[in-house]
Amino acid sequence: MRTFDSAAGRLIAAALPLLLAGLAAGCARSKAPDRAVIQNTGSDTLVNLAQAWAEEYAQVNPAVSVEVSGGGTGTGVAALINGTVDIANCSRKLEPQEVEKAKQHTGRTPREYLVGYDALAVYVHKSNPLEEITLAQLGEIYAEGGKTTRWSQLGVKPPGGSDEIIRISRQSNSGTYYYFREAVLGHGRDFKLGSRDMHGSKDVVELVSHTPGAIGYSGMGYAAPGVKALRVARKAGEKAYAPTMESALDGTYPIARPLFLYTLGEPAGAIRQYLDWIYSGHGQKVVADNGYVPLPKTGASR
Amino acid sequence: MAIGTIAARGSSRLRAGLEAAIEFLIRICGISAIVFVFGIFFFVFREGSELLFRGLNLKEFLFSPEWYPTSQSNVRYGVLALIAGTASVTALAMAIAVPFGLGAAVYISEFCGPRLKESLKVVIELLAAIPSVVWGFVGLTVMNPLIMRIFSVPIGLNVLNGGIIVALMSVPIILSIAEDALKAVPDSYREAALALGVTRWQLVYRVLLPAAKSGLLAAALLGVGRAVGETMAVLMATGHSVTIPGSLMDSVRTLTATIAAELGEAPVRSDHYQVLFVIGILLFSITFVVNLTADLIVRGIRNK
Repeated sequence: MRTFDSAAGRLIAAALPLLLAGLAAGCARSKAPDRAVIQNTGSDTLVNLAQAWAEEYAQVNPAVSVEVSGGGTGTGVAALINGTVDIANCSRKLEPQEVEKAKQHTGRTPREYLVGYDALAVYVHKSNPLEEITLAQLGEIYAEGGKTTRWSQLGVKPPGGSDEIIRISRQSNSGTYYYFREAVLGHGRDFKLGSRDMHGSKDVVELVSHTPGAIGYSGMGYAAPGVKALRVARKAGEKAYAPTMESALDGTYPIARPLFLYTLGEPAGAIRQYLDWIYSGHGQKVVADNGYVPLPKTGASR
Repeated sequence: MAIGTIAARGSSRLRAGLEAAIEFLIRICGISAIVFVFGIFFFVFREGSELLFRGLNLKEFLFSPEWYPTSQSNVRYGVLALIAGTASVTALAMAIAVPFGLGAAVYISEFCGPRLKESLKVVIELLAAIPSVVWGFVGLTVMNPLIMRIFSVPIGLNVLNGGIIVALMSVPIILSIAEDALKAVPDSYREAALALGVTRWQLVYRVLLPAAKSGLLAAALLGVGRAVGETMAVLMATGHSVTIPGSLMDSVRTLTATIAAELGEAPVRSDHYQVLFVIGILLFSITFVVNLTADLIVRGIRNK
């Protein structure tokens, strides 16, 4: 019987790597020769747009299939650094150390493509009487050390009987979270803890629409019937602007941001063609159709 | 050995060979559990250990409620609020699920008729088969407005919501193990007690519960393990907010939900990525301690 023990040990030792190798092989894409696949992942803000691009492009060029997934800018950047994605969608610029990491890891330099703009809307429940807000007021609500916790401090009658401001935010790796922190709270400041951190742009709007006392921020393309986007002013006393394509593009709306795609190194073949198509009139029309702001002149600024 | 003596006949040699092969396969199945547990522990520990030994401030990690993993100016990895979140949801869930599960187990094993028993068991198995994300969805869409209306609070994603959801998820486990424990009490106990003229309640309270004590405790502790480890449902139902709860109406965030929400986005090998694995080590330690205490208590009871 003793022989069994050592035999079992040897067999396990031999079988485990085999098993793992088999799993790995199963996961690896079996590449069909006639059909190019572009892996596209990242920003949750961009995921609807990326999906729309992919669907349109499937009709333009059926030989290429674009596989889109979301998860957040952080997911896209992580995938870029690990070299597991062809195009990463980002709702913020890459940080210098992220570019460095990607270079170290993959040996290729990330290349940046500005593809459009998004206005970050500040949503409240549609029953909320508040119509406009300043960046400073938003900072007091959201930033660490901020003093505003009740609607009455903003001078509005609390909607639905409750005075508490329910802060709705994003998970700490989302590009939207990064951008809001930088643009609204100011450089180096952090969020106040205790906000409800949602895992997607749509989840924020959804929760606001069900919660009369809530405030949240998300892309303007995610506006829904139950919510209202506030007009935002840079400073108290200045004019407040609603998030629209025009106000985002001419810079009057204070929290509008560029949207980027990143590739590793200079793209070629199918990826190159796909990016060219995104910059074409057709691709930019998809941007506008999905509630984002297209580039000022098609084909420009590359 | 025996194989050698009957090797003369071909068919029996074949049968013996087959038997050896099956025995061998079963042996691998048995050993694999150990391999997997150690493999997982090794992996989690390896991913987290570098940061752990390089100078993660353990005091801050365990006793600070400030969780700022991606701050530009001041990164802080304090999980006290997350531990409090996990503890509060688990405590509430067990406060509901343990009496409920044990009560149901007593009813099913001692009081109800055979036909009702069968249908109840089928329904409970069904309850256990509902996926975690569906429970989370129930918390988000059914419980949230209900809690908002009943308690007139501004938002219903809180400890109460998560606790009830996790309680409902743990009841089937507690129930089925507790029922097994009660079933394992020899019928002679019941007969002896009934012969002494006890009522049914006295039988349960004075005879069955003490006799099945260790099994019932194991059931409750397995429920605790389930509640601590539950991820998706609590992520959706608790509001995912880094707060030390002061009441049942506060939103919280649990250790598991934090790993689930942030791991996919943390660049591999970054500090943030590693600190999430340190949380994994913490969770591993918690469940290990829970299981160990369960084991020791059960052993202690047995030796008495």
